[in-house]
Amino acid sequence: MTIEELRKIAETERAAQKKFQHHVCVCIAAGCLSGGAEHVRDALNKEVAESGMRNEVLVKGVGCMGLCSAGPLVTVETAVETAVNTDVQMFASVTPEDAPEIIRSLDTGGATGGDLAAAGLHPCPTNVPFFERQKKIVLENSGKIDPERIEDYIAHDGYVALVTAITEMTPLEVIDRVKSSGLRGRGGAGYPTGLKWSTVAKTGEQQKYVICNADEGDPGAFMDRAVLESDPHRVLEGMAIAAYAVGAQQGFIYVRAEYPLAVKHLKTAIKQAERMGLLGNSISGTRFSFHIDIRLGAGAFVCGEETALIASIEGKRGTPRPRPPFPAESGLWECPTLINNVETFANVAPIVRHGAEWFARIGTEKSKGTKVFALAGRVQNTGLIEVPMGITLREIIYDIGGGVPDGKQYKAVQTGGPSGGCIPAEHLDSPVDYESLARIGSIMGSGGMIVMDETSCMVDVAKYFMEFCMSESCGKCIPCRAGTQQLHGILEKITAGEATPADVALLEELCELVRHTSLCGLGQSAPNPVVTTLKYFREEYDAHVTGDGCPAGTCGCGAGTRACRAETRLGAPGSQTSGEVTL
Amino acid sequence: MSAHSPIRVKTLTIDGRECGAREDQTILEVARENNIFIPTLCNLPGLSNAGACRLCIVEVKGVNKLLPACVTHVSEGMEVTVNSERLAKFRRGILELVFAERNHVCSVCVTNGHCDLQSMALTLGMTHVHFPYRYPRLPVDASHERFVVDHNRCILCSRCVRVCDEIEGAHTWDIMSRGVECRVITDLAQPWGQSESCTGCGKCVQVCPTGALSEKGKSVAEMSKRRQFLPYLTLMREGRR
Repeated sequence: MTIEELRKIAETERAAQKKFQHHVCVCIAAGCLSGGAEHVRDALNKEVAESGMRNEVLVKGVGCMGLCSAGPLVTVETAVETAVNTDVQMFASVTPEDAPEIIRSLDTGGATGGDLAAAGLHPCPTNVPFFERQKKIVLENSGKIDPERIEDYIAHDGYVALVTAITEMTPLEVIDRVKSSGLRGRGGAGYPTGLKWSTVAKTGEQQKYVICNADEGDPGAFMDRAVLESDPHRVLEGMAIAAYAVGAQQGFIYVRAEYPLAVKHLKTAIKQAERMGLLGNSISGTRFSFHIDIRLGAGAFVCGEETALIASIEGKRGTPRPRPPFPAESGLWECPTLINNVETFANVAPIVRHGAEWFARIGTEKSKGTKVFALAGRVQNTGLIEVPMGITLREIIYDIGGGVPDGKQYKAVQTGGPSGGCIPAEHLDSPVDYESLARIGSIMGSGGMIVMDETSCMVDVAKYFMEFCMSESCGKCIPCRAGTQQLHGILEKITAGEATPADVALLEELCELVRHTSLCGLGQSAPNPVVTTLKYFREEYDAHVTGDGCPAGTCGCGAGTRACRAETRLGAPGSQTSGEVTL
Repeated sequence: MSAHSPIRVKTLTIDGRECGAREDQTILEVARENNIFIPTLCNLPGLSNAGACRLCIVEVKGVNKLLPACVTHVSEGMEVTVNSERLAKFRRGILELVFAERNHVCSVCVTNGHCDLQSMALTLGMTHVHFPYRYPRLPVDASHERFVVDHNRCILCSRCVRVCDEIEGAHTWDIMSRGVECRVITDLAQPWGQSESCTGCGKCVQVCPTGALSEKGKSVAEMSKRRQFLPYLTLMREGRR
């Protein structure tokens, strides 16, 4: 496959798509799929066939469009004859019964939002902050291309970066470009990607591996799933470029078995890429060969830790081992191994294509590019967003997320999953980058972002994450195995209203112990939700242990009577009657 | 140039004492050579290191994390602190967590007086446990004709797993489940007596630091462990290589 052949495929595909005047895209990623998106697509197809518009309307299943809370989503693109631009109309909460109306609206042309709403549809404006404040690099094709067709990806400049890299660039030039782009690992820790690549490239071994970590396990996080489901070729291309740069011939994608659609799309994508000669032996007629295999995770959260993940691929029990040696030096089967997250690989092709300077212009001084977040919890718009680094939490939650619904008060946002922390209102103007989030006690993490309002009890939130860490601890090292159990026990005691101030002191002591003595990142970061809630919401802990009950009235510490008592004593803070529980 | 393998020598300080070491040695090995005590539970000379018990954590100047001495290799000019108030507190805390996790009542234990866990508590000055005791009710497997496994005494150090795999070559033992649910198992969690891979050599019993693995017929405080075979076997095998 040469660059000319690639261009030809792209042109043929674009021409074939242009024949259709209307493009009706149905989101068939996991979120909308669970809302019945497949039936919507079938109904639309049927309607198109029945109304005899087969040559004018193209119905295709595409990846995630982001606004998952309003799914199933359908967009209708109509090529306007006079302009180059296309006219895009998005519909939310589409049911199969809406299909005739949607197809009919194509005929009438410039139907206004009012007309569409009158016809029983839910038109969804795309000129709102939710869409306009985002910047899409990783998700640029998501919601636009058919993830099961390589031609569609190629028509959107796919594989140009790979072919350019292996035919026109040296491995060192590729690494230099990634280095100067400032890309950092999107799995959470933010290690400079270029530096990692150059370390693996420098090792003299013959056999090297590239691993894509797709064992996304944080509760409420689904960024990697969306990327794999919506644009699998982008990850394959990134991995192949990485393999060329570091000198590897074999790659593995370690994806959790709970993502069947992502696995299906990956398998299809690998097969298609191999058939086209974009993966496999002597790619583009060069001496570079690269094969990718899929390995399924068996549901252990700890296998997202790189050394545990490697053990799991080797067929061993998935437990971490002490580092050093780091995988870059001794990883899979003791060979040098490059291991990066899905989103990191997804950033590679655009960097190679557009250049390092382009990427480095986006973001802050130390955190370049964009970050995908899974916005969840008590916000108006939940879903998948991609924002430039350096945007403030306030912008994300209030502009993109549309603020806290039902007139409730914002309380905290949790970033980084069980390893992250809860950020209170006073830090809402903090920029979102690796350093700033670390400074306020949380982490960037892989991209989970859960918003909580006044009805959330922060002790309960801490308990929830501690329970997660306790049951997901691999059990190898004592502080994590036994320490998380003790921490959880104390938090349970507090939320049951049976604790004393001495228990809070013990909680703090245990947090210190587990954080500093655990073997791997899971244990070392497990106390974070407790530490940050203690730091910012100490009064809630105090209220639980001094007999005032749960201030939010939600954590089940016999809240009814206790909260009522507190209400009469302190004056009603208003929210205590609410029985809603988030998370 | 000599034909010998070029192993370099490093100098480092451990608790202010200057020590010389080969570059392939760990901090723990060098400390032992110099009679500096570093507490360990999962480590046993002759077996691979797991880095799991975390008792051997040390401070290294310039590194912001605590490092396990058993798997950390020496480097030139390294300044290691083994004894500090902070480390002593952490080590006692870890030990307390172990004592609170399962049932470790010494007075009714077969290894009372010969137990690594017990003597470690004495050495580290652990006078009491200030975490709530969990006391899960775990089974005792006495199906093997000569040995017993009492999961209530197990600290999951994985010495039995490693000796069975690395020295005996049977890999009868392994660990199942996650977190506090972890348990040592024989074969695929079958009763020990029905294990087809177990050779009955008893090495696991001898390396077990507590009363989790013991010989049948031993009463309270009668089970002492004999581990002389391990350095002997390792030495003979290395000599043959």
